[in-house]
Amino acid sequence: MAFGAFLQAPAPGVAAAADPAPRRRSKVALLLLLPGVLYLAVFFLAPLVSLVMTSFQEPVEFGDIGQYQTAFRWENYLAVVETYAPHIFRSFSYAALATALALVFSYPLAYFIGVKLRQAPFLQSLALVLVVAPFFISFLLRTLAWKQMFADEGWLVGALQTVQLLPDGAHLTGTPFSVVFGLTYNFIPFMTLPIYASLERLDLRYLEAADDLYAKRSTAFWRITIPLSLPGIVSGTLLTFIPAAGDYINASRDFLGSTETAMVGNVIEANFLVLQNYPAAASLSILLMAAILVLVSAYVVRSGTKDLL
Amino acid sequence: MTRDLPADPLIRQLVLQARRSALSRRQMLQGAGIGAAALALAACAPQGSSKPTPAEDNSDEDKTLNWANWPAYLDEDEEGNHPTLDRFMAETGIEVNYLVDVDDNNSYYGKVKDQLALGQDIGADTVCLTEWMVARLIRLGYVQELDEANIPNKANLTPSLADPDFDPGRAMSLPWQGGFAGICWNKERLPNGLRTVEDLWGSDLKGRVGVLSEMRDTIGLIMLEQGADITDFGESEFTAALDVFREQVESGQIRNVKGNSYLEDLANEDTLAAICWSGDITVLNAESGDKWEFIIPEAGGTFWNDTFVVPIGSSRKTNAEKLMNYYYDPAVAAEVAAWVNYVTPVEGAYEAALEIDPELAENQLIFPNEETLSTVHVFRTLTSQEEQTFGAEFQSVLLGV
Repeated sequence: MAFGAFLQAPAPGVAAAADPAPRRRSKVALLLLLPGVLYLAVFFLAPLVSLVMTSFQEPVEFGDIGQYQTAFRWENYLAVVETYAPHIFRSFSYAALATALALVFSYPLAYFIGVKLRQAPFLQSLALVLVVAPFFISFLLRTLAWKQMFADEGWLVGALQTVQLLPDGAHLTGTPFSVVFGLTYNFIPFMTLPIYASLERLDLRYLEAADDLYAKRSTAFWRITIPLSLPGIVSGTLLTFIPAAGDYINASRDFLGSTETAMVGNVIEANFLVLQNYPAAASLSILLMAAILVLVSAYVVRSGTKDLL
Repeated sequence: MTRDLPADPLIRQLVLQARRSALSRRQMLQGAGIGAAALALAACAPQGSSKPTPAEDNSDEDKTLNWANWPAYLDEDEEGNHPTLDRFMAETGIEVNYLVDVDDNNSYYGKVKDQLALGQDIGADTVCLTEWMVARLIRLGYVQELDEANIPNKANLTPSLADPDFDPGRAMSLPWQGGFAGICWNKERLPNGLRTVEDLWGSDLKGRVGVLSEMRDTIGLIMLEQGADITDFGESEFTAALDVFREQVESGQIRNVKGNSYLEDLANEDTLAAICWSGDITVLNAESGDKWEFIIPEAGGTFWNDTFVVPIGSSRKTNAEKLMNYYYDPAVAAEVAAWVNYVTPVEGAYEAALEIDPELAENQLIFPNEETLSTVHVFRTLTSQEEQTFGAEFQSVLLGV
C-alpha cells in the first residue's frame, strides 16, 4: 500500500520492479508500520489505559492525600460533570468562538497569499514566513506580552477608555475577551496554513469559466472557491478547535485569565497538581477527549470530507 | 526472508533497512510481551500506603551532592557563581550540583511523588520545601532521619523553630530560610498606605487587589484579621475566612490570585495592593525603583519556612548533613541572608551581620527581633483530611466553581 505511492513516480527501472506480488509487498509495508504502531502502543495506548483506570479509582480508606486504589467508581464522572459543567461548557464556547474568529481573519489572509500573490512568488514566500514568524518566539512569551499590552495601566486600556469604548474602571486582562483573544491569536497560523495550502492549488480557470457563464463574482466565490478550499477549512478548524478546547495557558490566572475564566484544562491542572485528586482529573480528561471526538466526528461527517477521518 | 531486491534504488534502500531491523517471530513475541508488561505497569502505578525504606548511604565513596532549591535562594556573584557554596566544595571536597528545580511545592511534589513512594532516587539528595509540604513528606515516610552527630551546628537553630508539631526535635528536617506574608502597596498610588487586611477591601481598590495562591498565607492573614488563632483553629474559623475570600473574589475586588508571578502585576501596576512575601518587596524595590512598601498587618502576619529534607531514595545523606552543618555556621548564614533577603533560622547570624553591614542587620524582615516575631504566627499543620477538604474549598474559589 505504502509502496503504491512510490511506484507511481515515473522513475526508470520501476517497471521491472513492479512484479505482480502485492501480498508479499504488503508484508514489508506492514513491517514498516511496526515502529509507528509500537510507538503508539507505548506512548498513547498504555497511558490511555492507565488514564481510564485512574478515572475509576476510589480513595483509600483513611488514606493520605493522593492515595487511591483500583475500583470501578463510575460516580467519579457524575461528580465532575456536576461540579465542573460550567467549565466544560465554557471551554467549548471559547474554543468555538476562537475558531470562528480565526477563520474570519485567516481566510482573507490565506486567499490573498495563495491567490493574489501568485504572480509574485517572492512576496508569497515572504508572506508565508510572516504567518509562521510568531512561532519563532515561545508561545508563553507571546501570551505574556499580550498580558502586558492589556495591562490596566497600559496604553491600550487608556486609549479605549479615552474614546469611551471601555468604561472607566473596566479591565481587559482576566476577562473572557482577553482569553478568547489569546486563543484566536495563538491559533491563527494553524488556521491560515491549511487554507492557504488548498487555495494555492485553486485552478483560476474555473473562475474564468464562471465569469464566462455570467456568474456574479460572489456566486463564483460561494460555489467554486469555498467548496474547493473546504478541505483546508475543515482541517484548519480542527487544528484550531481541538487544541483550543483543551488549552490551559491562555485561560490560566498567570496569563490572560482569572478566576472567572477557568477552562477544563485549568480544572484538570488544579485537580492533578494541587489537589492530587487523580480520579477527578482523569475522568475530566476522558470526558474532554470523548466530547471532542464526538463533536469533531459530527463536524467532519457533516462537512462531507470523510477522507480526513 | 531472502528475495530479489527491487531495482529502484530508493525502494531497495527501504527494503534493505527494513530487513536489517526485521524481527523474527521470537523477537516479535518478546516485543508483545514487553508491550503487555508496560500496560500492566501503567495500570499499577504506586497506590499502596506502605512506607518506603531509606537508601543505603554511600557518602564515603561518593563525594557528590545534588541540592534542589527555589530560584534566587542562594548568594550569587556577577558571574553566576555561589561564593558560599564554592567555599563549601573547596573545604569538604564534595562536588555540589545546585539545581534550581523548585518553583512550586505542589508541582515539585507531583513530579517526584511516584519515585518517593517506591523509595527511589529523585535526582536530589536534599531539597528545600515549604514546611506544610515537609510535614506531608514526613507523614508519608518519604524522608530520612538526620544524624545529629554530623550536624553539630544544629545547636544554632533558633529555639522557636526547634520543635514543630510535624517533626518533634527536628529529627528529619532543618529550616533553610523563612519569610513573612503581609500586605504591600504601591506608595505612589496609595500615599496613605494600608494598615490592615480589611483596608484591601476598600472600594477605591476594586479590581486592583492581588492575593497569593498559597492557601496558608492568604487564608492565614484573613483569619488573623478576623481574630482567629492560626496556630490552633477549627473548621469554622477556616470557613469564615474562606467566605470572605470567596466574597471578595466574586465581587471582583480581588482580581489576581497568583504564586511567584504576582510580582509582574505589582510591577505593571495591575495590582496596587496585595498580600505578599516579605523578601520579594525588597528585591522589587531594588530592581524597579523604590515604589512599594511592605508591612505586617496590625492583626499579624504568617511566618513560613522552607526546610531541608533528605529524600528517602538518596544515598548521600552524610554529604547532605555536612552541607546543612556548613550553612548553620552563623557567618555563612549571615552572608546568605544578606543576599536572599529572607529570614535566617540561624542564631548568631544577626551578630555576624552586624559586622558585615549594620544597616542590614537592623532590617526587621531579615533579622527580626523578638518584637517583630511576636506579630507573626505559623499556620498550624493540617491533618491529611483537612489538607484535602480545605485545599479543595480554596481551589474551588480559584476555579470559580
